[in-house]
Amino acid sequence: MANHDHSHLEEVAVQDHHGHGHDDHHDDHHGDKYQSNFITHYIFSQDHKIIARQFLITGMFWGVIGALMSLVFRLQLGFPEESLAWLQPVLGKWIVVNEAGMGTLDPDFYYALVTMHGTILVFFVLTAGLSGTFSNLLIPLQIGARDMASPLLNMLSYWFFFLAGAVMFASLFLSTGPFSGGWTAYPPLSALPQASSGSGAGMTLWLVSMVFFIVSVLLGGINYITTVLNMRTKGMSMWRMPLTIWAFFVTAILGLLSFPVLASAAFLLMFDRNLGTSFFLSEIFIGGEALEYAGGSPILYQHLFWFLGHPEVYIIILPAMGMVSEVMSVHARKPIFGYKAMVFSIMAIGFLSFIVWAHHMFMSGVNPFISNIFVIFTLIIAVPSAVKVFNWIATLYGGSVRFATSMLFAIGFVSMFISGGLTGIFLGNSAIDIQMHDTYFVVAHFHIVMGVAAFFGMFAGVYHWFPRMFGRFMNETIGKIHFWGTLIGAYAVFWPMHYLGLAGVPRRYYSFATFDFSGQFGMMNKFITIAAILTFAFQLLFIVNFVYSIYKGRKQKEMNPYGATTLEWTAPVDAGHGNWPGAIPTVHRWAYDYGKDGKEFITQVTPLAEGEVDGEH
Amino acid sequence: MTALVIILTIVLAIVVIIQIGRLSELAAKIRGEKEAEAESDKRNAYGMMVFLVLFLLFTIGSAFYYKNSILWFGPHVSASAHGSSLDKIFNVTLFFTGIVFVATQVLLFWYAYKYRKQEGKKALYISHNNKLEVIWTAIPAVVMTFLVVSGLDAWNDVMADVTPTEVAGEDYIEIEATGMQFAWLLRHPGADNLLGTRNYQLIDGTNPLGQDWTDEKNHDDIQPDKIVLPVGKKVRVRITSRDVLHNFDLPHFRIKMDAVPGMPTYFVFTPTVTTEQYRKNLGALDKNGEPLYPEWHTPSDPTDPESVPRWKAFNYELACAELCGNGHYSMRRIVEIVTEEEYERWLGEQKSYYETSIKKEEAPAEEVSVETDTEETEEETEE
Repeated sequence: MANHDHSHLEEVAVQDHHGHGHDDHHDDHHGDKYQSNFITHYIFSQDHKIIARQFLITGMFWGVIGALMSLVFRLQLGFPEESLAWLQPVLGKWIVVNEAGMGTLDPDFYYALVTMHGTILVFFVLTAGLSGTFSNLLIPLQIGARDMASPLLNMLSYWFFFLAGAVMFASLFLSTGPFSGGWTAYPPLSALPQASSGSGAGMTLWLVSMVFFIVSVLLGGINYITTVLNMRTKGMSMWRMPLTIWAFFVTAILGLLSFPVLASAAFLLMFDRNLGTSFFLSEIFIGGEALEYAGGSPILYQHLFWFLGHPEVYIIILPAMGMVSEVMSVHARKPIFGYKAMVFSIMAIGFLSFIVWAHHMFMSGVNPFISNIFVIFTLIIAVPSAVKVFNWIATLYGGSVRFATSMLFAIGFVSMFISGGLTGIFLGNSAIDIQMHDTYFVVAHFHIVMGVAAFFGMFAGVYHWFPRMFGRFMNETIGKIHFWGTLIGAYAVFWPMHYLGLAGVPRRYYSFATFDFSGQFGMMNKFITIAAILTFAFQLLFIVNFVYSIYKGRKQKEMNPYGATTLEWTAPVDAGHGNWPGAIPTVHRWAYDYGKDGKEFITQVTPLAEGEVDGEH
Repeated sequence: MTALVIILTIVLAIVVIIQIGRLSELAAKIRGEKEAEAESDKRNAYGMMVFLVLFLLFTIGSAFYYKNSILWFGPHVSASAHGSSLDKIFNVTLFFTGIVFVATQVLLFWYAYKYRKQEGKKALYISHNNKLEVIWTAIPAVVMTFLVVSGLDAWNDVMADVTPTEVAGEDYIEIEATGMQFAWLLRHPGADNLLGTRNYQLIDGTNPLGQDWTDEKNHDDIQPDKIVLPVGKKVRVRITSRDVLHNFDLPHFRIKMDAVPGMPTYFVFTPTVTTEQYRKNLGALDKNGEPLYPEWHTPSDPTDPESVPRWKAFNYELACAELCGNGHYSMRRIVEIVTEEEYERWLGEQKSYYETSIKKEEAPAEEVSVETDTEETEEETEE
């Protein structure tokens, strides 16, 4: 599987014999039988490129499930007067059919779907599916490494994710139902089976799944950080790394520091549930009896949860931001504007993300005094986010924009991030949050930034790096139809939700009919549901395109089809384990020499000309 | 059968998609890759501008369309004294973010269109501009600072508890709302203006709040099925939960606070608009006698055209705003803000829970006391 044809390596500088930045040969497995049977090559692979694809495909599987769940509960919400009896063959007892044959979704299962939708999409799709895929694919290739620092831990990182998914999947089939207390899993609801049937076995499996998932994230994160710090090729200083790598790097640090706190919350919750402790519980009367728990506080859980929960959303968005920067630069044929400012913004966002968590808790009963601190830092974090938006727009200015599907999604990302990010400024101000907390205004905000913007970043990445993963291209026509349908559809689904929130409608309501102030929005609910169904249908275009193109897509003939500057395009199309068949290229310049000195692009491996100054100075 | 049709439709859709894809690639090959790409680029570039225009129309247009449903536009003045300060912060934030929203979306899509790849035009090599970075860091920072300061000023005011010098009954009325799966248990302090102590271990069928009947303050406490308060008088709501987290949510009053078992929370507010007045606001007519807000004059029961118009049927409502189980969406109580006289009248009509439900069980003791009336007088004379 080693490709000894060096004719395409003319741009690769000859390695300096006595100045290796690191020993690049100890992983050189050319010609040997490295991972050559089906099991070791495809299933328990330790090659980062294969692991990346495993993350992607598993992430896509969960994405479809999570989206389908949302369609089911939106059908109940948008069309409560229509019978859902036709879903009974699939959902069994969770569709309650009355004597007239009218089927409604069992409220317990409605809440289970809402919970699972959130859990699956936030963790399995947007964390594992996004970071897992692209950190794995791009870190070694873009910094010039043969593989990750520990391919074994990397392989384990995927399989723990798979295990977490398997456990969560199993919980969907429990007779008492999957966990249904919201993806945030606040106790006492999540601690007491008497409070909700999903808080029995369903919650136990949810917690087990989460613990496995956290292990996966930590294993991956350690690898990404170590690889970026230690295995960059000669000449690849930190300041010459593409923004994607900066984003993945900071994301991994965020994950490493914050996920253990979620694990602690999960363990304490397990203790309360199974060992009779009272970390989160106190003075509870339920199921006809006064429980023994004393002295605990539900608010402690919220602090522990959101200490992860807030960095988590930046763990989701930062990789998307990194990829968008890359795609925009390549397809505008211009350097990303303000590279250093972008790096500092990523760092600032990363750092600040640790000190804003209690903006999720303004109305939780915490002393209002501490909310002052969290308002200040939350609104500060808006500044580096704004800076990034301005830099993306400035990247377009004076560019020569090619509207590849990936570029369309990158532009769409910026639009969505503007829309969703601005509503964050409302919510971050506690005075406004008094009214907006736990309403549809919040639902609109986080869906637009996470459910749409982050997904757009992911789509941009998939369309752009598909050839790097599969040696073929996805179909551009289908891709563009996918983009336009999703852009319009996503705005149609989530924009109206702002008005619901502003009218005071709380989130996580099974029905709007019990209250006058919410009952007026029947038409809007129908509109949103229909828009959601249509938008989901457009995703079919993506899935079909993806699967078909793996086998029948237009073949990638040249090594660097987009005329990009970064290292992943200097490895052969069918790069095997070890990425570069010969020596790893040496880097001489930053990653953004597009349009410099009249040249359309200059790859990072091209030596500086006489008197030329490197762009990243 | 339906399942088969659905599956076949999906399969057909997949086949169609694949064919469109293959066709487009074939067409590109025939035409020449470069030309096909240029055509597509042009279409998408124009698409950027078309989308921008439609997008702005949709977003701004829908905001105007729904403005009378939004709780501080149209007829929806804040029903509490502090509410207007919060509404103002919202409006100020909307002002600034609205400008940024329009400016950035316009620049984004317009630049994408304007700087589309064109024959003969090359991209500029501009890598950074530090002065620009400083400007567009400083301006948002200044705006954020302003929003923080005004927001926190309002926040600290609104969230403050009653001071130790304020007296329940004179300076404020204290009521209590207890969330449980799935209803709000309301408590009014009665004539002594003080809520009696509770102990969750005393909760049973006849004592839903676990009131400690040895504490006399409990004896006059009322458990109404709706909240009734006099306009213009400060209120402190004591908020607790019996089981899981709930949230005391009065959207018209700009009030929201989690109900936490084991940790009572509070919210202090002054209602400023009676239910009657709010109804009048909704049903208001302009100088020609036409409804200002026509949507509020439609029948309150959509199936019965003769039913009372919506504005007349309006009531303030108490909702739960923290997921508490499968009945989370159904925890409704009505809130009535009335005049001082109506409030006194209502209060006078209420019977304390102790009188109606607890003391009744001690009825035999009452009969005894009648017989010992004479005994008592004997005792008195003995003293």
